[in-house]
Amino acid sequence: MRINPKATDKIATGIFYLVALGFIILLVFFVGYIIYQGRLRLNLNFITSAPVFMKAGGGIAPQLFNSVYLVFLSMLITVPIGLSAGIYLAEYAKQNRFTNAIRFCIEALASLPSIVIGLFGLLVFVTMTGWGYTLMSGALAMSILNLPVITRVSEDSLRGVSNSYKEASLALGATHWQTIYKLIIPVALPGLITGIVMTAGRAFGEAAALLYTAGMSSPKLDFTNWNPLAYSSPLNPFRPAETLAVYIWKVNSEGLAPDARQIADGSAAILIITVFVFNIGSRFFGRLIGNKLSGK
Amino acid sequence: MSKKSKIYNFKHEYLGRSVVTFFGLLLILITIIMVLFLASKGMATFLDNHVPLTQFLFSTDWHPERGIAEGGPVVGVLIFIVGSVLISGLALLISTPFSVALAIFMTEISPKLGKKIFQPVIEIFVGIPSVVYGWVGLTVLVPFVRNHFGGLGFSMLAGSLVLAVMIFPTIATVSADSLSIITEDYKEASYALGATRWHTIRKIIFPCALPGILTGVVLGLARAFGEALAVQMVIGNSIRIPGSILDSTINLTSIITMDMGNTAMGTPWNNALWSMALLLLLISFLFILIIHRIGRKGNVSA
Amino acid sequence: MSKFKPLLFVLVLILSVSAALVGCSSQPQPNQDANQQQPAGPSGSATAVGSSALQPLAEKAAEMYMAKNPKGKVQVQGGGSGTGLTQVASGACDIGNSDVFAAEKLTADQAGTLVDHKVCVVGFATVANPKVKVDNLTGQQLIDIFTGKITNWKDVGGDDQKIVILNRPSSSGTRATFKKYALNGAEEAAGQALTEESSGTIKKALADTPGSISYLALSYVDSTVKSLKYNGIEATTDNITSGKYPIWSYEHMYTKGEAAGTVAKDFIDYMMGAEFKSIITQMGYIPNSAMTVSRDK
Repeated sequence: MRINPKATDKIATGIFYLVALGFIILLVFFVGYIIYQGRLRLNLNFITSAPVFMKAGGGIAPQLFNSVYLVFLSMLITVPIGLSAGIYLAEYAKQNRFTNAIRFCIEALASLPSIVIGLFGLLVFVTMTGWGYTLMSGALAMSILNLPVITRVSEDSLRGVSNSYKEASLALGATHWQTIYKLIIPVALPGLITGIVMTAGRAFGEAAALLYTAGMSSPKLDFTNWNPLAYSSPLNPFRPAETLAVYIWKVNSEGLAPDARQIADGSAAILIITVFVFNIGSRFFGRLIGNKLSGK
Repeated sequence: MSKKSKIYNFKHEYLGRSVVTFFGLLLILITIIMVLFLASKGMATFLDNHVPLTQFLFSTDWHPERGIAEGGPVVGVLIFIVGSVLISGLALLISTPFSVALAIFMTEISPKLGKKIFQPVIEIFVGIPSVVYGWVGLTVLVPFVRNHFGGLGFSMLAGSLVLAVMIFPTIATVSADSLSIITEDYKEASYALGATRWHTIRKIIFPCALPGILTGVVLGLARAFGEALAVQMVIGNSIRIPGSILDSTINLTSIITMDMGNTAMGTPWNNALWSMALLLLLISFLFILIIHRIGRKGNVSA
Repeated sequence: MSKFKPLLFVLVLILSVSAALVGCSSQPQPNQDANQQQPAGPSGSATAVGSSALQPLAEKAAEMYMAKNPKGKVQVQGGGSGTGLTQVASGACDIGNSDVFAAEKLTADQAGTLVDHKVCVVGFATVANPKVKVDNLTGQQLIDIFTGKITNWKDVGGDDQKIVILNRPSSSGTRATFKKYALNGAEEAAGQALTEESSGTIKKALADTPGSISYLALSYVDSTVKSLKYNGIEATTDNITSGKYPIWSYEHMYTKGEAAGTVAKDFIDYMMGAEFKSIITQMGYIPNSAMTVSRDK
């Protein structure tokens, strides 16, 4: 049986287009469904008011703030470590046991189920440190989750820098470190920023690792008090903080407000929109910085 | 070397170099601590509760709540292992063809669309939180399976479908990476010989990229094994080995998430859950080793 | 360094926008002045960890308590009864919230160091999918259903429809209570029932799955599910307080030792006091003082 190869080629191409189209439809359906379900809550009041006990009409302001602050804190920890490890792997690492060990560890950390990281956090960051359920404990657990990703992103974008730049710099008498610091990092910066912001977006939706570390309650926040040491200050890193993803999980599980359903749907929609904003924002800023550096 | 240049070198080379090396070391340290921690918690089942390893791994008797009067707790986790393997395996079967096809589309058929549209699309899929995946699964997929395939809806099939969507970005991205590094020479040679694009993809590109694609598949499998919140919401969590893909079942991560908070630490029940977490870690080590094997083979044949 | 400025700028921007958004929500607190005239309680802080069923009630109590005694800070966390009991026994928190007696989760040695405070009573109802036509089940019928002897609604007077059992995880306090008082400790049929982690997901699955049966705390029962009578007795507060309806349990707050004079003890006293009673009732729980019957294990 011989089929015309040209016809087969056309059919195959058609199938590839169909599969690709299928993924777009799936995404549109998914995002559309979540936003449609949450449409009633997509207003300013929902994201600017606090949850109300046992009554309808509560908002998600503290949870939203906690999510942003927790991701920010964990990025403060993750980025320096991950970037340094990325620099080491991309620039200094030789093909030896130490390098292999690092790579193995990154992969092992990356494949840990986040619930396991959460439980590790419970015993180490919550109980052993004596801090209790705090933003800080959550941020540290989140950092373990994000470290492998940031390291990989850093290594990839540093490796992406063309060797000719590097050789030119070394030939001019700069040390390896000067070359990295003054040349390679700036050139790789757009890619780095895109990767970091995207990781932050993903961290935004993490719940399992935070259930047992940052806690499932949010004490009343006083948004007029910005002293990081005050108990009710939103900036205090040593207070319990329920994030948006955890809140969705909790409302689904044990929510008692009569409009628990709508709150969960609305929060999910906000979460998806945030992921969108992070995604588009990361590209935009990555490109903006790229253009600025190349002098356009 | 003069003293001055030594200081110069220290400031401009060794300092930075030591710092980044130190953080590389730190990564290793964190991993070792996590492994040691999990190992010490996970070994309690065998060391303190004296459960034989073979019973733990190969028994289907799961009665951790049983009192001393009835013969004491029995912790055999075979059902959960089988559940994890079946659900992840089915998810892989569903996801791989589509993911690889998408990767080929993105690299060979329309790289422009691939970069402009599908790269962001994949990233958004990655960014959707697993709580949301689970919730959509529960409200859309479970009733859909119940109405169109039969059964209760809470099923292995529903779990695998949710997982299939969740692991496709991993498989597609890794596959696309390995497809994109195939040199143009091969392709051009094939086209010069009069081969069609499909023929070239099938006979040249796909075989060359196979090790990379397999790496993606194994990474996807690892992700499927470790996923917790989403799967748990749709598989029904009946403690049994499913008779068909429409039966409800349970896996390792579900039993850990469900029981961990409700059991007190140090009890045989809680210890068994930690042993399962350790088992998950060992399984991911196994996957990493497999990936390295594949990678090495790929290097040899290329 | 200048090259990192855009990054900093972005972070500051994100932070300040979100701060601005939430900032405008902070409402004036009218009762702040009144607070200062209140007699001061002990100062310090207390953390309560555990039962997710008790968490919403305890959170409300903490909020009201702190309004009354601004010197005492009370934090409430979920995490499950097992976590709460472990943490309080090891001293990692001050109060361990639990749905069950500590002796059921901990070893006798550990449980012996803890002091039980029964803060309220929670009743459980047998619930079914709203389309199920059965209104009442006898204790024996319930046992037969959950042990797998009866698998069709027609055997208990309903339509010819398969019974789908929805369980909570075997470690859950709700399931333990139901098994003990409704099923007389009968072992459920293994591997038949579906299991959902929480009351919220049980409720959702129950409303969606034809022919399903489960059990829920009364605070979760609403029109999306059908509450069934047990031996002809309805699951109501009156029937529970008078001792007619047996499927209920205490919500416990454990402290390590008596904890006299601490914020933890003061908080628990407040929760069991007269002022908080109306909230307990409003949430579908029953104040301990209303009970004419009691249990001690």
